[in-house]
Amino acid sequence: MGEIKVLEGNETVAYAVKLCRPDVIAGYPITPMSSTWDYLFQFQADGLLNAEMVAVEGEHSSMSVLIGAAQAGGRTFTASSSQGLFFMYEAYVSASTLRLPVVMGIATREPQSPQGVTASDQDIIMAKEAGWIQIHVESCQEIMDTIIMAYRLAEDPEILVPVNVCYIGFYLTYLLEPVDIPEQEKVDQFLPPLKMSPRLDPLTPMTGHAYTTEVITTEYRCKHAAAMHRAKAKLDEIDREFQQAFGRSYGGQIEEYRCDDADIVLMTMGNCSGTAKVVVDQKRAEGLKVGLVKVRLFRPFPAERLISAVRGKKAIGVIDRNVLFGWNSGGLFVEAKAALCDLDTPIPMVNFIDGLSGIDITEDSIARAISITQSVAEGKPHKRVYWFSLE
Amino acid sequence: MLNKGIEFITKYEGPWAEESNLLVLPVGEWKVQRPVVKASKCCHCGTCYFFCPTGCIEDKGAYFEANLDYCKGCGVCAIECPATAIAMVREP
Repeated sequence: MGEIKVLEGNETVAYAVKLCRPDVIAGYPITPMSSTWDYLFQFQADGLLNAEMVAVEGEHSSMSVLIGAAQAGGRTFTASSSQGLFFMYEAYVSASTLRLPVVMGIATREPQSPQGVTASDQDIIMAKEAGWIQIHVESCQEIMDTIIMAYRLAEDPEILVPVNVCYIGFYLTYLLEPVDIPEQEKVDQFLPPLKMSPRLDPLTPMTGHAYTTEVITTEYRCKHAAAMHRAKAKLDEIDREFQQAFGRSYGGQIEEYRCDDADIVLMTMGNCSGTAKVVVDQKRAEGLKVGLVKVRLFRPFPAERLISAVRGKKAIGVIDRNVLFGWNSGGLFVEAKAALCDLDTPIPMVNFIDGLSGIDITEDSIARAISITQSVAEGKPHKRVYWFSLE
Repeated sequence: MLNKGIEFITKYEGPWAEESNLLVLPVGEWKVQRPVVKASKCCHCGTCYFFCPTGCIEDKGAYFEANLDYCKGCGVCAIECPATAIAMVREP
């Protein structure tokens, strides 16, 4: 066991990044992740972080800096949120399609408009097809451990896809929790230095962003999709290795909580999963056979693990802290629907949109979601989507 | 196994290319005007070399000159040249 300190989420990010020994960090502050830079620059000033720190003029530049650094073989980090992520988008898409192992924290936030700086998953769900891997976490400890695992995943020669570690803004970024900070030597063992191949090197000149069209571009898209597919089993493998090294496990792609003998299943992402586990325990005590699937890996989507977790269940309720405008549904619901449509016996599903713009996802609202899911299992008429707090 | 049976042409996961397999477009055909260097006026400062968007300027020892196979004729070099040694001449 390492040292236990009480850390806020943004500070946890900084500690995790320091342990991973990045070569280049470039970033621009945006609420609610700004203090990440305070902690990282402090580490550098104190001589604890030996990284090139680039204070850029905007998020588009921060990702552009990291693209060059990663092409030259450097381990890189940045973090952003909402409008910052959107401003970065052009370079953000280049980083993934160049297949560079950048790791980036996302303090998820409600995008504007309307004007407001509040929590939700909306920003990162809007970026779901950008070719990045997305892992959503529940607690500060999970931020710490997932950032370390994210570098292993991104840098694996079989993967080479950038990874977003997504933690909900405000709730996790400012939440103070006791966090076990792993020992540096153990992290060094778990995460060896990055050996990029190929990389930009003046001695063997190569083009790292070559002009490519038609068949070859199709080939790169096919390879990218295949690498994303491989990332699923790879994350499970890395999670098991992490457990052996540090004694903590998160289930890899998904965490199944009291699912084995469950009749109905609730599906969540991110920090509301903690509250959901409490409510599942309460309902179990009342005799209701309910389980929880916490989806950690949202991109690529863990279809196979999900199918084996919910096969034979009577109903699934999905809580979404985001909206896909084209579906009048949340992102997790639509993805889960797509993943489960091949089941021989389809499972009725119902969606709850909750927690937008900083609304707390409370024990009461989760209990309401479970009770509606139960009535769906009993075959009672129901709506496809419930906009909680509006109805 | 995902995408079984597909054979790939390139050996890299991303758009990396060695000099030998770079896809190079003959952009020299696009130009409507060409830069003509007056070698005696050229002060060999290299400004054109750094400003050229296509990177087609070559060092000829005493002066710099565009490789016309890759020059698009944009005229940036002529504007930037501090010695006014480059004139843009319309292609016939």
